[in-house]
Amino acid sequence: MNGKVKGISGATVQVTLPDLQIGDRVFVGEQRLTGEVVRLDGPVATVQVFEENRGLGVHEPVVSAGGPLTVQLGPGLLGGIFDGLQRPLPGLRSTGGDFIAAGSTRLALDMERSFELKPTVRPGSDVKAWQQVGTVTEGHIDHPLFAAVPGVLSEISHGPWTLDRELGRMQDGQWLQGWHSWPVRAARPYRRKLSLSRPLVTGQRCIDLLFPLLKGGVAIIPGGFGTGKTVLEQTIAKFADVDVVVYVGCGERGNEMAGLLDEFSQLQDPRTDRPLSERTIIVANTSNMPVAARESSIFTAVTMAEYYRDLGLDVLFLADSLSRWAEALREISSALEEMPGEDGYPTYLNSRLAGFIERAGVVETMSGAEGSLSMILSVSPPGGDFSEPVTQACLRVSGALLMLDTSLAHRRHYPAINWTQSYSLYSSEAIRHFALEHARWPELRKQCRSLLQREESLREVAEVVGMEGLQESDRLVMRTAEKIRLDFLCQNSFSDDAFADPETTLTRIERLIDEHVELTARLDEGVPLSEILKEAADATG
Amino acid sequence: MRLAEHRYRTVSGIRGPLLFLEDVLSARLGELVRITDPNGQSVEGEVLKINGSQVLVQVFGDTHGLDVGRTEVAFADTVKQAPLGQGCLGRVFDGSFRPRDDLPMFVPERWAPLTGRPINPVARAHPQEFIETGLSSLDVLNTLVRGQKLPVFSCAGLPAREITEQLLRQSRLPGEGEFVLVFVAIGLTHYDYHFYQQTLEGMQSRFVAFINLADDPVVERLLAPRLGLAVAEDLAFEEGMDVLVIMSDMTNYCDALREIATAREDLPGRRGYPGYMYSDLAALYERAGRIHDRPGSVTMLPVLTMPEDDITHPIPDLTGYITEGQIVLSRELHQKGVYPPVDILPSLSRLMQHGIGEGRTRGDHRELANRLYRGYAKGRDLRRLEAVVGRDGMLAEDREMLDFADGFEREFVHQGDDRRGIGESLDVAIGLLERFREVLP
Repeated sequence: MNGKVKGISGATVQVTLPDLQIGDRVFVGEQRLTGEVVRLDGPVATVQVFEENRGLGVHEPVVSAGGPLTVQLGPGLLGGIFDGLQRPLPGLRSTGGDFIAAGSTRLALDMERSFELKPTVRPGSDVKAWQQVGTVTEGHIDHPLFAAVPGVLSEISHGPWTLDRELGRMQDGQWLQGWHSWPVRAARPYRRKLSLSRPLVTGQRCIDLLFPLLKGGVAIIPGGFGTGKTVLEQTIAKFADVDVVVYVGCGERGNEMAGLLDEFSQLQDPRTDRPLSERTIIVANTSNMPVAARESSIFTAVTMAEYYRDLGLDVLFLADSLSRWAEALREISSALEEMPGEDGYPTYLNSRLAGFIERAGVVETMSGAEGSLSMILSVSPPGGDFSEPVTQACLRVSGALLMLDTSLAHRRHYPAINWTQSYSLYSSEAIRHFALEHARWPELRKQCRSLLQREESLREVAEVVGMEGLQESDRLVMRTAEKIRLDFLCQNSFSDDAFADPETTLTRIERLIDEHVELTARLDEGVPLSEILKEAADATG
Repeated sequence: MRLAEHRYRTVSGIRGPLLFLEDVLSARLGELVRITDPNGQSVEGEVLKINGSQVLVQVFGDTHGLDVGRTEVAFADTVKQAPLGQGCLGRVFDGSFRPRDDLPMFVPERWAPLTGRPINPVARAHPQEFIETGLSSLDVLNTLVRGQKLPVFSCAGLPAREITEQLLRQSRLPGEGEFVLVFVAIGLTHYDYHFYQQTLEGMQSRFVAFINLADDPVVERLLAPRLGLAVAEDLAFEEGMDVLVIMSDMTNYCDALREIATAREDLPGRRGYPGYMYSDLAALYERAGRIHDRPGSVTMLPVLTMPEDDITHPIPDLTGYITEGQIVLSRELHQKGVYPPVDILPSLSRLMQHGIGEGRTRGDHRELANRLYRGYAKGRDLRRLEAVVGRDGMLAEDREMLDFADGFEREFVHQGDDRRGIGESLDVAIGLLERFREVLP
């Protein structure tokens, strides 16, 4: 069925095309720009166009794709770099050049890539839907392939196999495919949600000790510009103890994406010694790429993340930044002339966000395995003001807040996580888990926090009476707290220190706290502070 | 492609820079139109919105003299394109690409749409080659690299102009290369323009300037940077040159954007600026960069004035979220007579880590930079304490730290008109750190 463009206002286009449904994918104009139906009004449909549409004219043709916007899911996504519509960027470059042209199409999956397929069931067996029928090796993971429909298997492929070939065939003639399409906006099914219990080790001392996270949990990182959100997200993406990382650069800088790509292809996963890029999927929709595709990029990415979760893997989803997504939503909403809510954001911001964030969790997958999807999302509040709608909406649905502090960043204290205002609702579960292997974990964490808190209040006193006016024991607290800040909380992402496993995190804080206890004891014996500090300095050389 | 040129005399209304047209058979989004008033004066415009046969046109320039009924609008069947090629070098244009230097228009080799196309993120080469600016506060602590976008956040009355001019004159690329400058003046006063003019003349033909002065049409403030960037991209990625783009003042750009957005009845956001200002600014700033396997680069130094010295104002705020760092000027340092008055603490170059160290600057660079920051940050913290308890109430080592912070500002940041090579800058740092060895960690 063919229609025509009737009106154009920025990226929203009015078309006349019958029998459309909300969410349908359409191709707009002679360039066949991808769009999604967002509103129906009698014979006129409003389409959100995901590509640059300058030059699009009225009366140009519009064609329906006959279904919703989808992503392709199957083996071969790992190591991929996609735009917000899941078009592989290296592929676009090889056909379209260094600059992105509108109207390019390109499949996400490489249909000709050869995998070694090992069947896990024999022909003749009775197969249930979601039952595993084979395995291929994708990078460092064994990628199971499932039957989409139940039936009696009559054939199954084995040996070298490509995605464009069938996986197997049922006796009733239905054939099985190694890949499938899934609507971008629909969450993938699972049997049930499980409670969170396993810690997510980020390799950041400050997070792992003070604000530990759980697999399946959601943490948000709000911070003004220059506070290091992106570096922190990228560092976690490198070192977190998960099987698959999905990283979305949503409306952020192109040069940063270039840096990330460089690094990920060079760096190795400390646990598997394989290139980091092998476990990572990157979705890059930089700030100068079309706004509507920025809005869809996080859905494209989270659907791919869910796909790997459904293979029974631990997946970490990182988005930088959710504010840019919300702003894209605002731009689209404003173009549709919807009634604005707070700060111009649409009133459905909260529910849309909640629907998205709730896709995190630990689940029993349809095939009966356990998979997790954790999220770490950065937020860029305007003017560094955390009372704005996006930060507030995120706070309500996330379990941990890692608040980045401009004044810490100005002192080059990175990661600039504010230790008084951040929190993790996952701490008790996570600490219990850490304590199984490191008995002193809870106690040292408590001591560390109390020293930092005492420093905070002592600093206020010192601002009135001066350091000279403080008692010697208090000055010792100030000294230890400073050491904790500089030697423990600070962690340089551009050095070997970028990753700390729980073992070394514990040893480091243990050393600092034990020294403090020792020096306090000396002070109690009546030895003056200056002498104690001199001894300590001599001892460390 | 249309077979015949479309001309209409169906203007139904004119509001601010917007023109409403009826009964248009065919139009394209962003299509270039030529509007001719009854006296034969003509001005360009572009299609903003189409609703069936109604078309909304944004006029680039003055709307005085346009009327309903006799004004003629001709549709060009193409979006606005910029003329490109080496012929533009050494030339001065206005915000609509008309020569401003009384010479005839050059013969273009190519044409390209003003808005450009986004660089594919996988085609981008990560910027990491050090640019020596000759200013210690930048080279040592906020290193600029080729392909970076690093804005200068200034306040009214601070010498942003002098610093920009100095950067223009002094910046050196690694190796032999020289910059080609694309200078975009947005709402610049005549007085400021004269100041820059001398520098431009000194650059022989290694520049292109787009000048929108404060009394030129507001819409051209939005066009000028796009023209400049289309030219910069072409010189960089087609001609293989290293281009430095200076855009001053972005605050005027944003105010023009607000003015036009209000006329279009776009929903106002913070402080009346439209909600799409982030994306709009990103479409400009993101055109900086380098591309794998191509010579040439676009490095960008936008200059903006923070209204009321407020760094959380939407203009510096959104800019800071897009650019790769910022150079913040401080009124306090300026009053102390420090030049350039760069406040190190809020300043940042995000791409610095990859541009320094052995093989780029010097092996000890990173270590020295970290120690300077740490010492100065501590000294600045202690100044607050000093203000309350007085210098005498402080520990001896804290007093030393205060002296270090003072020395840092006077000897390291302050350098007047001198150009310091990176080696020299690092040596000044070493000397300073050496003197305060006792108290610096």
